[in-house]
Amino acid sequence: MSTTVATHIHDAHAHHDDGSKTLLGFWIYLMSDCLIFSVLFATFGVLAANTAGGPSGKELFELPYVFGETMLLLISSFTFGGAMLAMNAGRKNQVVAWLLVTFVFGAGFIGMELYEFAKLIHEGAGPNRSAFLSAYFTLVGTHGLHVTCGLIWILIMTHMVARFGLDGVVKRRLSCLSLFWHFLDLVWICVFTFVYLRGVL
Amino acid sequence: MSSANHHSSPASGKSSHGSFKSYIVGFILSLVLTVLSFGAVMSGAVPKGLVLPAIVVLCVAQLIVQLVFFLHMGTSPDERDNTAIFLFTMLIIAIVVAGSLWVMHNANVNMMPMHMSAGQAMTRD
Repeated sequence: MSTTVATHIHDAHAHHDDGSKTLLGFWIYLMSDCLIFSVLFATFGVLAANTAGGPSGKELFELPYVFGETMLLLISSFTFGGAMLAMNAGRKNQVVAWLLVTFVFGAGFIGMELYEFAKLIHEGAGPNRSAFLSAYFTLVGTHGLHVTCGLIWILIMTHMVARFGLDGVVKRRLSCLSLFWHFLDLVWICVFTFVYLRGVL
Repeated sequence: MSSANHHSSPASGKSSHGSFKSYIVGFILSLVLTVLSFGAVMSGAVPKGLVLPAIVVLCVAQLIVQLVFFLHMGTSPDERDNTAIFLFTMLIIAIVVAGSLWVMHNANVNMMPMHMSAGQAMTRD
């Protein structure tokens, strides 16, 4: 009796080692990342008005520029969807192509953000100017750092797909990266709404 | 939970959902909502008091659109765990963010003015 139960449990474990646990675990990581961002958003919300006589968001933020950044990230999120569809269809070369397109748009976003930061610091509105700017650079910079990590991960996965093809491990890792990349776009929606749009009101 | 994951396909798991059509629909909806958000602020067509509520509503709408169409969050059995964890996280976030803003707002309002000494503050009461 006890052996049957043991075998059954063993079977159940073997059956569930199919990547769905990895995705669930990765989802829990994303949710904890969500908490980090929520704390940074709360900090920014508290300090947004504390400009210490320095420039406010209304004077600093250029909405057309931010709209451009938003478009790049949104398009890259959509092109990653293309990579996932190609993956499910088993088309290896298409996956590589979509991943590279996603990388280009993501890199464009980071490029625009770095230019924006450099311009702010050059104008004397660096992170040490006021509590508002400290909170701004921390929040937006943390998001940018995540996107940079995502870009490195995309390059690594492009290499893995090209080298090893679409086996189980590669598919599982691509699925995690997909969740990560779409999640970064979600965070950016909150950034452009609560930092930039609210900032110029 | 283990029975809920029974039917997910190997390795590709939850991301096996989603079709070209669902990505297109999600993308177009996101595009429209983004343009409306920036338009509400930049055009000046929306009455002043309504701009902030409008962009918050548009933000939440776009979050939901992307969660459903890009992250495939839903109520089907193998998506239910993710959705439950997400909703719990949202509760914690609501407590952290709303709590911080509320407490710090009260702290600001009740702070003693800089130019006033403790003695002056007490005599005014």
